[in-house]
Amino acid sequence: MSMTSPQKHKSRWPVWARRGLMENIATVLIALGFLMLFQPFALSLYTYSFITMLAGTVMFIIVSKFPE
Amino acid sequence: MLNRTAENVARATPEPLARKVRGISDKGLAWLFISPTILLLLAINIFPLFWAIYLSFTNYRANRPNEVVKNLGFANYQRILGDKDIWIAMQTTAHFVFWTILLQTLIGFTLAWLIDRKFRGHAFWTTLILVPMMLSPAVVGNFWRFLYEPQIGLFAYAISFVTGIPPTNIQMLSNVSLAPWSIIIVDTWMWTPYVMLICLAGLRSIPEYIYEAAEVDRASNWRQFWSITLPMALPFIMLAVLFRGIENFKMFDMVNLLTGGGPGSTTEVASITLKRQAFESWRTGYSSAFAIILFVAVFGLANIYVKALNKVKQR
Repeated sequence: MSMTSPQKHKSRWPVWARRGLMENIATVLIALGFLMLFQPFALSLYTYSFITMLAGTVMFIIVSKFPE
Repeated sequence: MLNRTAENVARATPEPLARKVRGISDKGLAWLFISPTILLLLAINIFPLFWAIYLSFTNYRANRPNEVVKNLGFANYQRILGDKDIWIAMQTTAHFVFWTILLQTLIGFTLAWLIDRKFRGHAFWTTLILVPMMLSPAVVGNFWRFLYEPQIGLFAYAISFVTGIPPTNIQMLSNVSLAPWSIIIVDTWMWTPYVMLICLAGLRSIPEYIYEAAEVDRASNWRQFWSITLPMALPFIMLAVLFRGIENFKMFDMVNLLTGGGPGSTTEVASITLKRQAFESWRTGYSSAFAIILFVAVFGLANIYVKALNKVKQR
């Protein structure tokens, strides 16, 4: 009787593209964009706030479908 | 007798229809039932959103429907994101949202905590506290205008009674530094009961045996509050903050009724600027772009917030 150890199913999904990490990056982008939009210090930050926030939001929607 | 009637009905039913009805799967039936709702949702929510996105890239004006619509690309977005007046309106909105949420959460949670003590007559006080939330914003706006009146308003007299300043000097709606606070006070007065209600639901959901176990361990009331009450009510508090945050970013009615964005532009929140651009200057494309920017801001923040809420719930 041979004892076979259960093999772990290895995902081909790259480690750097796992949901947790990517979601955190997207969250930081959204938060940064949000702060840039409402801050009272520099107009240039306000100008680039929308694109930062949009990038973060789109990224969040995409990466929330990635495997853990 | 009953079987025979059923057989007759079955025989009388036209064959193709009977086959069709019999052939529908459970999934198909479920789709059949929810499709009217989905269609309605697409018509009144999703279609206007995509239409606004399309308009935001054009120079469309709703008061000139026959004019040729030009595609401007990202020009509307560039103009908005370089406009100093809109930048200031965003800061006014942030100031308003921050203070209303802070005050509503603090007062709402404190009230919920007090009501949860179940003292004599707590049901009566709960009902009384909930009254402002049930009123129409138009009614609230109008009667607070009277309350804020420096000549006849009760608010000015109450402040004068406490501080000794003559009531005619307390001009809440026309003073540059007091006008934003007058709106914050009214919004807090109106919507604190809503936060209280959600927090109360959270406090009532905490099982009594946890407190009993803490009593056995001789935990102080302060310790019980920080280690049991607050962590277990936190998801509910966060939910209340999310709902109020989304609502307050879109705040229009109260500001429009109380100050109309004035004096000057001190209370001109983003929604008031949006209304002016859309329905006074008739720059529909431009205001659509502005609405999309606000939508992305609220949508992005709601995403982060829901993620944080799920994390708190999993603890």
